[in-house]
Amino acid sequence: MRDNQVTEMIERYLDGEMTIDERAEFEALRKKDATVETKFTEHKHFTGLLKQYSERLDMEHRLNAIHSEIDVYTLKENLMSHPSLVIRLWRNHHSKISVAASIAIFATLVTLFFTGYLTNQDPRYQQLAREVTKIKGEQSVIKGQINRPMPKTGPTITAKFRATGFALSSDGYIVTNLHVVDNADSVYVQNADGESFHTKVVYTQPEYDIAVLQINDPSFKNLGVIPYTFKKGKSDLGEEVYTLGYPTDDVVFGPGALTSAAGYHGDSTEYQVSVPVNPGNSGGPLLDSKGNIIGVISGKQTQTQGFAFAKKSNFLLKTIHDIPADSLSKTFNLNTKNTLAGLSRPQQLKKLRNYVFIVKVYNNQ
Amino acid sequence: MNNQLNVEIPADSEVILGILNNSDSVLKRLYLAYFPMILQLVINNNGNEDDAKDIYQEAIIVLYNKVKRGDFELSSKLKTYLYSICRRLWLKRLKQMNRYGGDIKDFEDYLPVEDEVEKHQDRDMQLNKMADALKLLGEPCKTIMEDFYMHSKSMQDICERFGYTNADNAKTQKYKCLQRLKKLFFQQ
Repeated sequence: MRDNQVTEMIERYLDGEMTIDERAEFEALRKKDATVETKFTEHKHFTGLLKQYSERLDMEHRLNAIHSEIDVYTLKENLMSHPSLVIRLWRNHHSKISVAASIAIFATLVTLFFTGYLTNQDPRYQQLAREVTKIKGEQSVIKGQINRPMPKTGPTITAKFRATGFALSSDGYIVTNLHVVDNADSVYVQNADGESFHTKVVYTQPEYDIAVLQINDPSFKNLGVIPYTFKKGKSDLGEEVYTLGYPTDDVVFGPGALTSAAGYHGDSTEYQVSVPVNPGNSGGPLLDSKGNIIGVISGKQTQTQGFAFAKKSNFLLKTIHDIPADSLSKTFNLNTKNTLAGLSRPQQLKKLRNYVFIVKVYNNQ
Repeated sequence: MNNQLNVEIPADSEVILGILNNSDSVLKRLYLAYFPMILQLVINNNGNEDDAKDIYQEAIIVLYNKVKRGDFELSSKLKTYLYSICRRLWLKRLKQMNRYGGDIKDFEDYLPVEDEVEKHQDRDMQLNKMADALKLLGEPCKTIMEDFYMHSKSMQDICERFGYTNADNAKTQKYKCLQRLKKLFFQQ
């Protein structure tokens, strides 16, 4: 039987156009033939859907007609609760506002974290140990090897930090800042002639940010008599001071004056000086015009230009005094005779530079 | 709140009877009686008057179908029933638009009607599919289908309208159209 004939029969059946005999015959066919039964159900459902669709269109039409009679706007005005603009904004957008606020807080925290505001260290106080770029470190290693007549196996890794240090005694004790050598795997010092010596840290004083190193390299010979002395007393405001250090590969002279007897945030262990300093100057000596060591350069203020801080020499002396005797392999003889006092500044520097070292810090991380 | 529309609220039993009799006047009174309630619900929960209209008309259709099927029991008030359906429909729509802030400001009591709304929306989807299929069908099939199946016109009328000289031609044409419509409907 053709498909469309079946459909026609189904429709005639559903519309009640069949005679009683035809109906009976069709019902028998439905029972007998499952495909006819399936077609019947499907057709009934599908045309039913069409009918429903028609009813819905009709209903929508009627509802729209009724709706058009309502004065929606007046009604709306009467029904609206009128909260303030802020409250409405909050109601409509509070999820978005919350997300924005979270992001803002997160961004602030991340910024603070990366700028160092969340660490205990005051970021405005910049310690002057210099992080050496790989290339520069390699260059200085190469330079050192060329200058030395007998090149020794120098460090193969490059320096992580670089700063300045100066001799405490002729037999190889050197002072620098603790923040320079903190967490170091090995520390080398390099003199003005480019010779490097291995050192060990013999004593540290975190309170004053001071570290004492000792050269323990077999190639090291005595430094000769230290030309400067360490001032026990306080220096006066306005006194002419200067430093010598290694912010670059060459030694740099930094002249200035003592500007305050107290350091950063009134720190009484420090002087404030108007000496130009840069990363790398940390640990350098601060001398007065007569050639007395009056301090150890330790930091600078980042917010105002031209101010540096130096630990006072009497705290350096106190630190030296505190070193337990058994940490020292040789006895510590501080020089008491100043041979710089009568000299002109260039002459002083010529002598002095032999006792000021580049401190190179290596750590394998 | 109904004094703006100057309608008295029809009794629930009156509405049920009116729906069963397909009464236009009852439909109108029903519509006017509860529209303000739904408008209030929608505009105070992130919607506008057009949203309210859509939601409300859908709810009226749900009620209509329920009554026509004969399974509306007057266990709850008509008002509560309509409010619950609208509330549910509006919540669903808010979620779809991502404007749902986690709470809804209520003005009436409501019943759990999730299943009912779910069922209605399934059926609604079928009807939308049908609407799309009809749109794709093209003329003259669309009109033949509408006239015969939706408006219950006789084959005689259809023959005259489209100028078919004999009824068999018209029947064949109608059959072909129906097959195409089914195909379009089930393809979606």
